[in-house]
Amino acid sequence: MGDWKTVTVPVLSSDSKNIFQYTSEKKISPPNMNSQVLRLPLPSSKSMHSFFSAFCTEENIEQSISYLNRELTTLGFPSIYAESKGKELNLISIINCMNELLVLQHKNLRAQEEEQLELSKREIVGLQERDRQLQSKNRNLHQLLKNEKDEVQKLQNIISSRATQYNHDMKRKEREYNKLKERLHQLVMNKKDKKIAMEVLNYVGRADGKRGAWRTDKTEARNEEQMYKVLLNDYEQRQKQLLLENAELKKVLQQMKKEIISLLPPQKQKPKERSEDGPVLSDLEEDIGELNKENMWELSCETVREQLTNSIRKQWRMLKNHVEKLDNQVSRVHSGTLNDKDVISREDHELETEKLELEIQQCKEMIKTQQQLLQQQLMSPCDDDTTLLLQDCYLLEERERLQEEWRLFQEQKKNFEKERRSFTEAAIRLGLERKAFEEDRGAWLKQQFLSMSTDYKQSENVTTPSAFIGTSDQDNRVVNSMSQQKKPHCMLSGPISAESCQTSQYISHNSFNAALKKPAGDSKPNQWEESDKEETE
Amino acid sequence: MDFSELFKLSGLLGRFSPDGKCLASCVQYRLIIRDVNTLQILQLYTCLDQIQYIEWSSDSLFILCAMYKRGIVQVWSLEQPDWHCKIDEGSAGLVASCWSPDGRHILNTTEFHLRITVWSLCTKSVSYIKYPKACQQGIAFTKDGRYMAVAERRDCKDFVSLFVCSNWQLLRHFDTETQDLFGIEWAPNGCVLAVWDTCLEYKILLYSLDGRLLSTYQAYEWSLGIKSIAWSPSSQFLAIGSYDEKVRILNHVTWKKITEFEHPATVTNTKTIVYKEVEKSPSVETERFSFPPTRALASSVFSTQSKYDISQVPVSFQYIKPVADRANPKMGIGMLAFSPDNCFLATKNDNIPNAVWIWDIQKLKLFVVLEQLCAIQSFQWDPRQPRLAVCTGNSKVYLWSPAGCVSVQVPTEGDFQIVSLCWHPSGDSMALLSKDNFCVFFMATAKDGTKWQVRFS
Repeated sequence: MGDWKTVTVPVLSSDSKNIFQYTSEKKISPPNMNSQVLRLPLPSSKSMHSFFSAFCTEENIEQSISYLNRELTTLGFPSIYAESKGKELNLISIINCMNELLVLQHKNLRAQEEEQLELSKREIVGLQERDRQLQSKNRNLHQLLKNEKDEVQKLQNIISSRATQYNHDMKRKEREYNKLKERLHQLVMNKKDKKIAMEVLNYVGRADGKRGAWRTDKTEARNEEQMYKVLLNDYEQRQKQLLLENAELKKVLQQMKKEIISLLPPQKQKPKERSEDGPVLSDLEEDIGELNKENMWELSCETVREQLTNSIRKQWRMLKNHVEKLDNQVSRVHSGTLNDKDVISREDHELETEKLELEIQQCKEMIKTQQQLLQQQLMSPCDDDTTLLLQDCYLLEERERLQEEWRLFQEQKKNFEKERRSFTEAAIRLGLERKAFEEDRGAWLKQQFLSMSTDYKQSENVTTPSAFIGTSDQDNRVVNSMSQQKKPHCMLSGPISAESCQTSQYISHNSFNAALKKPAGDSKPNQWEESDKEETE
Repeated sequence: MDFSELFKLSGLLGRFSPDGKCLASCVQYRLIIRDVNTLQILQLYTCLDQIQYIEWSSDSLFILCAMYKRGIVQVWSLEQPDWHCKIDEGSAGLVASCWSPDGRHILNTTEFHLRITVWSLCTKSVSYIKYPKACQQGIAFTKDGRYMAVAERRDCKDFVSLFVCSNWQLLRHFDTETQDLFGIEWAPNGCVLAVWDTCLEYKILLYSLDGRLLSTYQAYEWSLGIKSIAWSPSSQFLAIGSYDEKVRILNHVTWKKITEFEHPATVTNTKTIVYKEVEKSPSVETERFSFPPTRALASSVFSTQSKYDISQVPVSFQYIKPVADRANPKMGIGMLAFSPDNCFLATKNDNIPNAVWIWDIQKLKLFVVLEQLCAIQSFQWDPRQPRLAVCTGNSKVYLWSPAGCVSVQVPTEGDFQIVSLCWHPSGDSMALLSKDNFCVFFMATAKDGTKWQVRFS
């Protein structure tokens, strides 16, 4: 770091003194500061110009020079001024300083590089160490595994050898045992044990009711036949099941094939694919043509089966490729065109808004024009034709209104007549009832009188007529009141005209009470009835 | 639901007749025939010695009682109670006895598996089958009863003989590529015979009816192999349960494995339903105590009620690792059974003794796991519908159907540890057997128009 070199620069002027000054002064300068300053990297080329322009401009040349001079002198470089107080620059010293600075910079960089190189070297060494350790570990494990495997093999060999030994021993023992058995069997058979017998009360019939048959060659042959029949039956059943299964699976495969074909895009669009799968396609088409024939399905030979499976495999692969392509496309679309979407949508949005605004304007204009027209109509005088028309309209209106009122009037009249009829009927009924009641009353009074008169016969005979008259008077009075009540009706039934029907009704109601008090002649119900009849006719 | 009272039983010998009308049970040397609906005693037979084995003939007319110690087989007739038949093997001894499919012949296996004697009830003829194989399932009849397969061993080699049951003629005789044949089983369609090897070797061979080898399947070598197998009722699938706690399903077309069912200690699939049996705390009301205590009360006091809870997956089961140095370890798939409609497979992993695994065969996935409080003793499918009955050695019977799961307490006085159960052929009732007793469990019949209700709790 402190490898200062004395640079002998050719003397250009009498300012060579500075050089010596420079060389002597270098020892004085503190190394730390130098190192600190020297470690500053040189500015990159890009910012060089800006840096330079930032530091020194046309205005502050003097200041910057003085600043530089100060810095350099503190660092131990000779002053760049020609004289201590003058403003002339010592070019040589400046150049020398620059050179020194460059040299220092180079040294700095090299030192850094060396440091880095050492670090990386140390790292490499560490990693190599680790690698070696792991490899040794790996080797150990491999060795262990090999040992284990060897042991396993050894054990297996031991087991197999022992097994053979045991088998051999077993066989030996078994032979001995068989010999014993034979011996025993002989002894048992020789003994002719009478005990070995079957005692049975009576022999039972066979389960199937048939008699037992002798064992002959025929029966042997029959047995064989039977056995083969059984086996064949079983195989046939199994074959049937397998055929059914096969048929189903073939159907499924065919369905799948059709669906795959439908899913795949039409091949004519993409020439590239065509060229690739050219031969394949032609084969496929042939296959499709062949295999779609119903007859071929019935065959179950190798070639047809292979063709079917191969064709399905091919188509499945094509479908897979197609789906993969679609996936790629979708992913591309997703990532790439998001921005465009926004832009497009905004544009659309703006177009829409413009359209809507236009519409609004048009509507507004329409409203305005309509308003104007309306006002014109109202304000401006119309032609004679129009007025006449208008008047006619008004007249028509009024006429219609009148007709409506006439209709109402007629309806009310009808209602009124209905009411009156019902009233008269009620009155007639009432009169009849009253008459009956009076008769009853009269009879009852007569009876009472008679009964009384029988009591009074001894006393008086004169009073009877008065009592009787009293009752008759009462009756008459009742009749009169009844007739009085009926009178207003008779009075009112006369003048009825079409126009004043309603008004007359009102009048009749009002004068009802007034008419009650008027005395009237002997008007019996019959009279009233007649007048009513007249009126109705 | 209705329970009969407890009846005496010995030797877990309680069997329904194939026609479903009678129930046979043994008490020491007596054979009792009861009517299925009323449980009234129809017949009572007395045998010469303690009965070890009983079997109904296929037409339900006869019943055989085998007494191995004395070497005697006695046959009784239901039609004629006076009829009797006694087969004495004498010094040959008796190890096993069974009916032929026609119900008129009895096959006795003599001691040391020296021979199989075929006794006829119709004629005086006797047939012998030599060198029968001394294995668990050495004789197998086809479902239609036409053919019989017998496993034989001569000169340290295994053979299979096929006989025609109608006249006992030898049809086929072929050797099998097994080390030590362990069992044979016909497919329900009667055309394929499955032959599997000892547990030291995982190998199963499939032979056609005419003796041709159709296929061989070997899942792995060296480890313990096949423990149990089951054919599906349609003969479509063959389920093989092995000691590695897996069930492998082979299909009948290619005889190749189509799937593997694992039985891990932890079930994590969220679509599996796990029913866990939990005890309900018994509610005893002291005021209602009466003397002598009624049966219902006694049962509620002495036995705890239980119900099923649905556990949230993942569920861990109690896993038992058996001791390695003992033979016949309790590990692997010990029980396998298909439902009659082919839709479900019930399995039991002996490493997880408290659980029954029910697999959906249509989806080839685990459907349900029933986790019980005690170890599973036995389970059996209803012969008519997909309903599974499980018993675990306590006095409860557990029923599972796709609709749900229910725990039924048998109302008994005292101890009744159900060890085995046996469905009636119609699926309407079942016999619950314990060491000393049995009772009949009637499910609600169509009288009241309702099938048994599943009570969820």
